[in-house]
Amino acid sequence: MSGEFQSRFPGYNVLDKWDSPSWNEQTRRVIKDRLENVPERRFFSEQEWTTLHAICARLIPQPDRADAPVPIVPFIDKKLHNNEGDGYRFETMPPMREAWQRGIAAVDAECRVRHGTAFAELPDNLKDATLRAIQHGDVRSETWRDLPAKKFFEIMLRQIVSIYYAHPAAWTEIGFGGPASPRGYVRLGFDRRDPWEASEAHD
Amino acid sequence: MTDSPRAKDGRAPDVFRAGGWIPMRCHRDQDEVDFVIVGTGAGGGTLACKLAEAGFSVVALDAGHFWRPLEDFASDELHQQKLYWRSERITGGDDPVTLGSNNSGRSVGGSTVHFTMVSLRISPDRLKSRSRLGYALDWPIEPEEMWRYYAEVEDALKISGPVHYPWGPPRGRYPYRPHEVNAAGLVLARGCEKMGVAWAATPLATVSAPRGRAHPCVYRGFCAIGCSTNAKQSALVTWIPRAIAAGAEIRDLAMVGRIEIGRDGMATGVLYHREGEWRRQRARNVVVAGYAIETPRLLLNSACPMFPNGLANSSGIVGKYFMPQSNHAVWGTMEEEIRWYKGPPCMAICEHWNYTHAGKDFPGGYCFLSQGPLPMEWSHSVAGSRGLWGMELRQEMAKYNHYAGLKIVGEVLPQEKNRVELADEEDELGLRIPRVIFGYGEEDKKLYGHAIRFMRDCLDAAGGKDIWPEEDTAHLLGGCRMGTEPANSVTNADGRSWDIANLWICDGSLFPTSAGVNPSLTIQALACRIGDRIAAMASRGELSHPARAFA
Repeated sequence: MSGEFQSRFPGYNVLDKWDSPSWNEQTRRVIKDRLENVPERRFFSEQEWTTLHAICARLIPQPDRADAPVPIVPFIDKKLHNNEGDGYRFETMPPMREAWQRGIAAVDAECRVRHGTAFAELPDNLKDATLRAIQHGDVRSETWRDLPAKKFFEIMLRQIVSIYYAHPAAWTEIGFGGPASPRGYVRLGFDRRDPWEASEAHD
Repeated sequence: MTDSPRAKDGRAPDVFRAGGWIPMRCHRDQDEVDFVIVGTGAGGGTLACKLAEAGFSVVALDAGHFWRPLEDFASDELHQQKLYWRSERITGGDDPVTLGSNNSGRSVGGSTVHFTMVSLRISPDRLKSRSRLGYALDWPIEPEEMWRYYAEVEDALKISGPVHYPWGPPRGRYPYRPHEVNAAGLVLARGCEKMGVAWAATPLATVSAPRGRAHPCVYRGFCAIGCSTNAKQSALVTWIPRAIAAGAEIRDLAMVGRIEIGRDGMATGVLYHREGEWRRQRARNVVVAGYAIETPRLLLNSACPMFPNGLANSSGIVGKYFMPQSNHAVWGTMEEEIRWYKGPPCMAICEHWNYTHAGKDFPGGYCFLSQGPLPMEWSHSVAGSRGLWGMELRQEMAKYNHYAGLKIVGEVLPQEKNRVELADEEDELGLRIPRVIFGYGEEDKKLYGHAIRFMRDCLDAAGGKDIWPEEDTAHLLGGCRMGTEPANSVTNADGRSWDIANLWICDGSLFPTSAGVNPSLTIQALACRIGDRIAAMASRGELSHPARAFA
């Protein structure tokens, strides 16, 4: 689960196309806002904020960006502050805000039951083992009694990856073409690439 | 994003011009219009056009925005979530359906604004599945008639499709030539050829040649989050401008909370919320076109002393026989670069298992299509369904350009226990929110089991490696099914409710069976037919009489 991230697309940066016909004005506006206006903490408590940062650092580790990781927690905080739902709530789950607050507290509680300390204080291998146990619903803390651990983990992971893979840095690392309007693509077949697409490194 | 309505004061947005406007006939709330339509998607948008062109006065209300795609749509998955219905809904049952994204829409044009443009006909036998194939129930419309309406819609949307479609009875030529199939689609083609089954370029509602002020599709690949070039033939850029030109009024950001009933038991109009206040639009007829969740929700929320169980619900089945379609997939990596983000997501199709019965242990049908998820959606599969996280997730995601996949649109059989009902909670407008209960039946499980096995073999034959399956659902249907008997259906074949002669339904909730194809073409064909039927009934003076007299 750890180690360095190996890029298949060295030298590619989706942001290099910012001023090209692949990016229209409304897309530049949206992405500029995402890059420059990272939200402040308004919803979570300091404790929740710290724990969730530590969780994100395991679910999406970014050792290759130690100085400037893609921010994730601030956007979850903003979504919860604005109470912007996804359009559904599982019958077995409490309302969104309550689910996040109780879920994060339960992660810490689970760590205390297992290891006597909060999540953020654990070494990486125990953090990962605890997260995997929660993912599989193998939990011991009482705090999960009215909160299905598996479901909470699934919702949390889905939210975290949504934010990460909505960031240009993530588009770059997977070789995605990125924004494409008004200019789309011409070459569609096997192993075909337009000049404005990422070039893959071959060993 | 604008939060005040655009379509008002005699004008509506021109979807083909940044900042542009077109003139629009407007009615006062106290005017009794011929038809008020709730929802402007594949059902309501199409019907608004048909009724306005037939000379009726029409007001169509939508809870969502009236977008100008050229200036409002960014190439960004997160931002474009504004196209989805994201109000709270509760989902439960043995197999809770994930709601709020691909299977919802909240815009003028409804979910056609972000649909993947796959435009398929239901096979004649599946429309008569009870009498011809011995399962589920028949649609109350003759297949030949449905197929005539399919042709009308295909022409209205200038569908780009293959010269020869390999399955089903002969059909006319598609109006526009097929698109060049992308690598993701060629994987499906290669697999099908190895498996000995036919494949085809998917008939798509995105133009392969110029049409009016829309230029051909540029293969930007963001179709499922809104087309920013207008090549996509959504209701927003087809039926809606036609409807307005014919005199219909579209009201955006107008959420209908209740259908009102007069002392004679007939609908008198709707109560709707717009610009911060509740307003009332009077109408001689009310059409509900809110799709499979909002339509039953509105009928149930409109309960009144005369109809305490909700409107059009004397049978007790409003909200019942709700059907998502199964949307299971297989994914695998290819030696070649695929780069499935280019072009429409589903450029190749196999409908073999909608038309072949030999070797199946289940009655329903399915098609499968090639895929092209954008990164965020793809991360939901890799993290959500496969459960990967950590560096393992990042490395797996980095194979994005080598992945290919096949995904079904599978028939789910109708079951009474699968339903939309009202929860006790209320939304910000004080309207009770819906609860959706769903669980697959045994036949449904056999179908997707078969599909996963077949597609796994197909992808393997095409050269796919490390293949893994995923469960999902798409398209929500049923809940207000049409039929021939008032005791076991909500409307007749014309979408006219059995109980209230001037209350109509026109959307996917009418489907008696879900069939194994994407439903948008069928919803539009039904709307065209309902429009023609209403015009015919009006000319005979039959609009004010109860439905059952003409069943």
